[in-house]
Amino acid sequence: MERHFERDLEELKQRLLWMGSLAERAVHQAVHAVLDADEHLAETVLGEEDAINEMQIEIDDRVQRLLALQAPMAADLRFLLAVSRINGDLERIGDQAVNIAQSAMRILRHPQVKPYVDLPRMSELAEGMVRDSLNAVVRGDPELARSVLQRDDQVDRLRDQLFRELLTYMMENSAVVFAAFELILVAKNLERIGDHATNIAEDVIYFVAGRDVRHPALDRR
Amino acid sequence: MAAASQGNNATAAQLAHQMRVAERPSAAHEKEASVRFEISDLNFYYGAKQAVFGLNLKIPKNKVTALIGPSGCGKSTFLRTLNRMNETIRNTRVVGNILLDGQSILNMDVVKLRRRVGMVFQRPNPFPKSIYDNVAYGLRINGYSGRLDDLVEHSLKRAALWEEVKDALHKSAFALSGGQQQRLCIARALAVDPEVLLLDEPCSALDPVTTAKIEELMFQLKDSCTMAIVTHNMQQAARASDFTAFMLDGKLIEHNETSKLFTTPQDPRTEAYITGRFG
Repeated sequence: MERHFERDLEELKQRLLWMGSLAERAVHQAVHAVLDADEHLAETVLGEEDAINEMQIEIDDRVQRLLALQAPMAADLRFLLAVSRINGDLERIGDQAVNIAQSAMRILRHPQVKPYVDLPRMSELAEGMVRDSLNAVVRGDPELARSVLQRDDQVDRLRDQLFRELLTYMMENSAVVFAAFELILVAKNLERIGDHATNIAEDVIYFVAGRDVRHPALDRR
Repeated sequence: MAAASQGNNATAAQLAHQMRVAERPSAAHEKEASVRFEISDLNFYYGAKQAVFGLNLKIPKNKVTALIGPSGCGKSTFLRTLNRMNETIRNTRVVGNILLDGQSILNMDVVKLRRRVGMVFQRPNPFPKSIYDNVAYGLRINGYSGRLDDLVEHSLKRAALWEEVKDALHKSAFALSGGQQQRLCIARALAVDPEVLLLDEPCSALDPVTTAKIEELMFQLKDSCTMAIVTHNMQQAARASDFTAFMLDGKLIEHNETSKLFTTPQDPRTEAYITGRFG
C-alpha cells in the first residue's frame, strides 16, 4: 500500500525538477543573449527570475512541513535534507543566470571584443553539468553524479583561460576594457554555476548512498 | 604579517579539527567504553517455539541501548532474559551465554541478579502501599540497615519525582498520576542502586510531557546506570539512546550508533522498518 508520505515525496521531487528546468533554461537563455547578441533573451531571463524564487519558497515550505509532520528517517530524511540544499543551489543558479543576463545587456552596448570560442564551450559544459546533476536526482544515480564532479575542473580551466585571453585584449586596447570585463564576469558566473551543479551532484550521492563527499580531505568515519 | 595570519589560520583549523574529534561519537569510542552485557549465541524458547535466534550483542556501560522492531519480533523477550524475568513463565528455555561484567548470569543467584539489573514495565505497577514504602520496599527486603529516609529521598530525586511528592510521602502511590507512578517505579528500581535498568516500553501509556521527563531522566541516569529500552516509538529511540539494535523475527538484524542507524542504516530491512515501508 503506497503511503501518502511517498506521494508527497514524489510530488516534492517533481516540483524540484520543475524548478531545475526553469534554472537550466535561464542559464541557456542568458548565455545565448551574449553569444547571439539577443537582448530579448536577456529580458526574458530577468522576467522569469521571480518564478524561480517563488519555487524556492514553495519547496522550502514543503520540506519544512514534511520534516515537521512526518519525522522522516534514513533515506527519507537524507532525501529531504538533500532537496533543501539542492533548492538553494538551484535558486543561486537562477541568480547567476540573472547576472549573466544583466552583463549581456551591458555587453550589447559595445562592439564584440572577439569571436566567442571558449565561452560557448564553457557554457555547454556548465549547462551539461546542471542537466546531468538533475538527471542524477531523477534517477537517483550516484555514478552520473560522480561524472558531474569530474567535469568541474574543466570548467575552472576554461575560466582561467578566458581570463588570461581577455586580459591580453584589455592590455592591447583600452577601448574594449568595459566589454571584456563583463565577459570575465560572465565566465565567473558560469564557473559558479558549475560549482552549484557539483553541490547538487554531491547531494545526490548523499541521499542515495548515505556518503558525504563534499570535503574529501575531512575524516568523517 | 602574512606569516602571522597563516599561523592563526593553522591554529583555527587545528582547533576546528580537535572540536570535531571531541564531539564525534565514534566507533573507537564505543570500543573504549567498557561492555556491561555481552550476549553471545543466545536462543530462547517458549516450549517448542523459538523466539530468539542466535543473538550476539554487546551492551556498553553507561549508555542507553534501544531495542526496536515490529511487534512479536522478540525484543521484550530478549530484554527479559537479561534479568531472567522469563523464568517466571513456565516451559521457557535459554541456550547461550549472557555475561554481566564478565560473569554468566545464568548460574547467578537470581535475587542478586535482579538487584543489579532492575526493570521498569510498560504499565506503572506501584505496590498498594504509600509512596515512601514503595521506594523503601526493595531496600527492606535486601536488609538495608542505613537511614531509609535519606535513601528514599535520594531515589525520588534521581527519578525527578521528589519535588512533586515530598509533602505527600505517606499517601497511597495510587493517588499519583500515570507519569508520576512510572517515575515512582523508576525510583523504586533505583533505590537498590542497580547497575543496569531495563525499560520495557516505559512511556507507551504516558503523555508527551511526561515522556519527555522520563527521557530526560534516562539522560541524567547515564552517569551511574546502563540502560536498555524496548520502544515502538522510533523518535524516542532516536532521541534517547546512544546505540540501537533492530530485531526482526527473533534475530538481531543490525546494531549501530543510533545516529548512524537512523540516518544511514546498512541493512535494507532496517531501512524498510524505520522508514515505515515494512512488509
